[in-house]
Amino acid sequence: MAKSIDVSDLNIFYGDFLAVEDVTIPIAAKSVTAFIGPSGCGKSTFLRSLNRMHEVIRGARVEGKVLIDGQDLYGADMDPVNVRRMIGMVFQRPNPFPTMSIYDNVLAGQKLNSKRMKKTEADDIVERSLRSAGLWAEVKERLDRPGSGLSGGQQQRLCIARAISVEPEILLMDEPCSALDPISTSVIEDLIHELKSQYTIVIVTHNMQQAARVSDETAFFNLSGVGKPGRLIEHGRTEAIFSNPTDPATEAYIQGRFG
Amino acid sequence: MTTTLTPPPVDVSRELYGARLPSWGPQAVLAAGVAGAAVSYAAGANLLQAALIAWVICMGLPLWSVAVEGRRKATDRLVTTLVSSAFVLAMFPLFSILWTVISKGSKVLSTDFFTYSMRNIVGEGGGIYHALVGTLLITGAAAVISIPIGIFAAIYLVEYAEGNRLSRWIRFLVDVMTGIPSIVAGLFAYALFVLFFGEGVRMGVGGSVALSVLMIPILVRSTEEMLKLVPNELREASYALGVPKWRTVAKVVLPTSLAGIVTGITLSIARVIGETAPLLIIVGTTDSVNFNLFDGRMASLPVFAFASQRNPGIPPEFSIDRAWGAALVLLVIVMLLNLIARLVSYFFSPKGER
Ligand SMILES: Nc1ncnc2c1ncn2[C@@H]1O[C@H](COP(=O)(O)OP(=O)(O)OP(=O)(O)O)[C@@H](O)[C@H]1O
Ligand SMILES: [Mg+2]
Repeated sequence: MAKSIDVSDLNIFYGDFLAVEDVTIPIAAKSVTAFIGPSGCGKSTFLRSLNRMHEVIRGARVEGKVLIDGQDLYGADMDPVNVRRMIGMVFQRPNPFPTMSIYDNVLAGQKLNSKRMKKTEADDIVERSLRSAGLWAEVKERLDRPGSGLSGGQQQRLCIARAISVEPEILLMDEPCSALDPISTSVIEDLIHELKSQYTIVIVTHNMQQAARVSDETAFFNLSGVGKPGRLIEHGRTEAIFSNPTDPATEAYIQGRFG
Repeated sequence: MTTTLTPPPVDVSRELYGARLPSWGPQAVLAAGVAGAAVSYAAGANLLQAALIAWVICMGLPLWSVAVEGRRKATDRLVTTLVSSAFVLAMFPLFSILWTVISKGSKVLSTDFFTYSMRNIVGEGGGIYHALVGTLLITGAAAVISIPIGIFAAIYLVEYAEGNRLSRWIRFLVDVMTGIPSIVAGLFAYALFVLFFGEGVRMGVGGSVALSVLMIPILVRSTEEMLKLVPNELREASYALGVPKWRTVAKVVLPTSLAGIVTGITLSIARVIGETAPLLIIVGTTDSVNFNLFDGRMASLPVFAFASQRNPGIPPEFSIDRAWGAALVLLVIVMLLNLIARLVSYFFSPKGER
């Protein structure tokens, strides 16, 4: 059961610093949306505000509305813990749990919440998640080894496996492929294609080809200047954004003529 | 007009190599120093004078170096010599204590020494069984009191109160408490227990309370540092999986910092196990074994050593020997605790880090 996201007039703050200003964007259920834009323009910040991870940082807050299937994400009776169970996230930097084995890392969502499972069921989830993340072949012999003993790219795929093993309805991915080789990248892109049939996916990427390959919609963020807040410049069907963007800044960025 | 671009020939041997002391130079000077000390000692100087002579000879190394190698190397040698001397100076008390305690304490060690109390013993014989029991019980109870308080306080400070005013006050008070003289902790425990049990109260658990007062600030501080070392990314990873905060603390933060926390616990125990003054005030001492923390005086190793040395009886030798024996046992316990701390941090640290 995928869910849609509706963001209107969202301002995101770190303390007094307005990092992202006035974002309004609808994100359809069962679609892939790519966020592109220069470094520091607030893509991660915006992404984190979609599953209430933003407020984990001290002093951080948001103003505006985010609706998940019509329900106010920042409503008073919304429990952030439940929100995050429903909306999974892959971070920009891989962060496997160093005290856990590879196996336990994949099942971290279940284990940390003390969910009871049969061994066979657990094995099944681990294998399925690792296969989807394209990591199974590399680690199936050493599932009991610590997760932090993997290479950077393997750790990132482990984190992807961890995020999808809890079967969230929306998956937020912050540059999931930035540390991956082309082969693993294409595995992840295949995964995104496959997940699209059940999940809503939002992905941040610096790779234009990737955005063009995987996404249905593309949103371009930009900074108007140093110290100014990031803004959503335009969004729309990926083909449209890539073939004839309305804003000259978008065109410049996509064609690599930025700055 | 042509210009020649050939650089002037460089005398490689002069640029890169230079006169150097032979590689055995420093060792030779050190050997000379030791020899000089030995000769002067044989000639009737005392140990201190001999050590001074050795040091003066060692300071000859930079002089030799300045003559052969030039200023830069000589400065290096001078500083190296000074730093090494400071190191030796710092190690001196440590080895001196170890040597004294072992040489004087080891002769009373025997099975009897560990299995007999001092009940009805005058002169030779007897042992530290009662004091060992007392020390283990009192320190154990102190640990039971302080570990939860210390760890929960640290968790509160790092995970829940980061930066608010209450946490700043707690941190300030903890810092002040770290410097509390142990006698004050003893008086505090005594005053506290007098409120409940009246003047002249003597109780093992009172000693535990006094030791806790000393232990808690150390524990809070060390645990706090360890919790701060846990990267925020791990907490976020856990939150992002829909794990509530308390579970994140219990299942991600604590396990990740477990090794450091346990090491801190062990070291804080080692720090208070030798405290004498507070136990003297609230626990007193006795010659018999007392297993009950809540009833009357108990012996403990440091107070036993103190009392045996203070009132040795006649003849005094046996009692004084026992005091050294108790001191040695205490020292061994502290060393064991340090060893345990090492092992724990070795075995419990998250493995597989790059
Ligand atoms: N924890 C924080 N506290 C204060 N300011 C922050 C914090 N994290 C990010 N910012 C600021 O918010 C702005 C947006 O940062 P963000 O990480 O969202 O950029 P980004 O678009 O994801 O960049 P990149 O492509 O490099 O990942 C930047 O100006 C950054 O300095
Ligand atoms: Mg980012």
